[in-house]
Amino acid sequence: MKLSREEVLHIALLARLGLTEAEVNRFSKQLSNLLESFEILQQVDTTGIPPTAQSIALQNVVRSDEAQASLSQDQVLANAPRKDGDFFRVRAVLGNT
Amino acid sequence: MTIHEAHQLLKTKQLSSVELTKAHLARIHEIEPKISALVTVTDELALKQAQEADELIATGNTNPLTGIPVLIKDNMCTKGIKTTCSSKMLENFVPPYDATVVERLNGHHPVIIGKANMDEFAMGSSTENSAFFPTHNPWDLSRVPGGSSGGSAVGVASGEAIYALGSDTGGSVRQPAGFCSVTGLKPTYGRVSRYGLVAFASSLDQIGPLTQDVTDCALVLNAIAGYDPRDSTSVPEPTPDYTQCLTGNLNGLRLGVPKEYFVEGMQTEVETAIRAAIAKLKELGAKIEWGVSLPSTPYALAAYYIIAPSEASANLARYDGVKYGFSYQETDNMWEALEKTRQYGFGPEVKRRIMLGTYALSAGYYDAWYLKAQKVRTLIRQEFDQAFSKFDALITPTSPTVPFKIGEKVDDPLQMYLSDICTLPINIAGVPAISIPAGFADGLPIGMQIIGKPFAEETILKIAYAYQQATEWHKRRPEI
Repeated sequence: MKLSREEVLHIALLARLGLTEAEVNRFSKQLSNLLESFEILQQVDTTGIPPTAQSIALQNVVRSDEAQASLSQDQVLANAPRKDGDFFRVRAVLGNT
Repeated sequence: MTIHEAHQLLKTKQLSSVELTKAHLARIHEIEPKISALVTVTDELALKQAQEADELIATGNTNPLTGIPVLIKDNMCTKGIKTTCSSKMLENFVPPYDATVVERLNGHHPVIIGKANMDEFAMGSSTENSAFFPTHNPWDLSRVPGGSSGGSAVGVASGEAIYALGSDTGGSVRQPAGFCSVTGLKPTYGRVSRYGLVAFASSLDQIGPLTQDVTDCALVLNAIAGYDPRDSTSVPEPTPDYTQCLTGNLNGLRLGVPKEYFVEGMQTEVETAIRAAIAKLKELGAKIEWGVSLPSTPYALAAYYIIAPSEASANLARYDGVKYGFSYQETDNMWEALEKTRQYGFGPEVKRRIMLGTYALSAGYYDAWYLKAQKVRTLIRQEFDQAFSKFDALITPTSPTVPFKIGEKVDDPLQMYLSDICTLPINIAGVPAISIPAGFADGLPIGMQIIGKPFAEETILKIAYAYQQATEWHKRRPEI
């Protein structure tokens, strides 16, 4: 299992994770080594075995559709790096590449 | 001093909570420069809570946790107190609400004395991945305390607080408990609410106590366990009084020793200590069967390091520099802001796991990695279920080695991951397990792990309690 430089850059793009040149090289090597050792999983016969997403039997947990108290707008915005009145301020999404 | 000992002194007015708290704050200021266990010391809050506790005790409050100093791992939200996850990403994050476990503890009027250092976002086995500073093992300052709840374990071992809360995704309570010679419990998945615990791997994360003995562990579990409608994976089952099972009697209990946990590369002294501890359990009345097999155990590490990073990569997508946390400002470009926020906000191990998880979930690789790992997870769980049809509990070492040197494994992720080899299958299966002190090798702690059936915390507490009644390991404290 060898992760190329291009693959590392592709994964970083999917994760929206900026990487330095040194990190690209280091991750290419380290992730390749890790995945190589994880290939041991392919030796396990899992024919007919269902996947487990979590270990308890609960499914489709719902609550009644009733309004409940929530945090105030001020509390929610208190940690915002950029805000504008009662809103989070974000950078332009359209018309700006 | 344990919770139950301090409680006696408080109750009989031989000591006030303010005195107790001041003594612990003094201890913190004395030894913190050597051990670096805490991200935040909450002196003012602690003294205020101690005063309130003293007033309550004076008017007849007899709650065992009232007025007792506690440390909270810094990935549990504390309203109005910084919760950093030992990450630059959350360095200045002040939560607007309390985690359920903190809210529940507060109902018992504790003294919150500080927030404990950890591996960044709980990813690590040595607390060296903290973005702020590494924590030192009080038994040997040149060694790691384990992780990721290293600050919590060190704080309890060295007397900065009487107990602590940690979180355990692959061993993060038990492994540092073993490395620091304290008692650490990972409850069954679903037993303790995860609401307000900063998410790492949601199907594996569980909060648990780090204490000086099993009685304290049961007292803390009493306070934090139970159904919480705000965590949809918390199980709506009643919780018992966990102190009731502490009888000291092991007669009739069937204990299995799985051979796969005595791995190649395991330190001889660890194996010797665990064998001696098992012999002690036999002496106390338990029936021991050696050579039990959980054949998929060798695949647990690989399955874990696909599943946990996959979940982490999804959970950590929320750090976008918009709602809270670190935010890169020197650009008007949205994508650049997002990528640089994450580049500068996350440390190397967090990035490595985001990369690994994103890869395992990506188109073309999902079936071969993530789905395969989830199927292996089923096999691991089935083998535990089979073993528990014959045994009440399983006994293993907590770690294959004693604490390693700071810096020894930081450049080799796989070697670091291997230090959790005995603890991570338990999270994969979702069952409860406790680590208790079981000896020393050249002055360095060795932990024994007791694994139980789902929601059978009482059984493992009972075994651990009986062992501590018959041994003195848990009473030793490091000299610093």
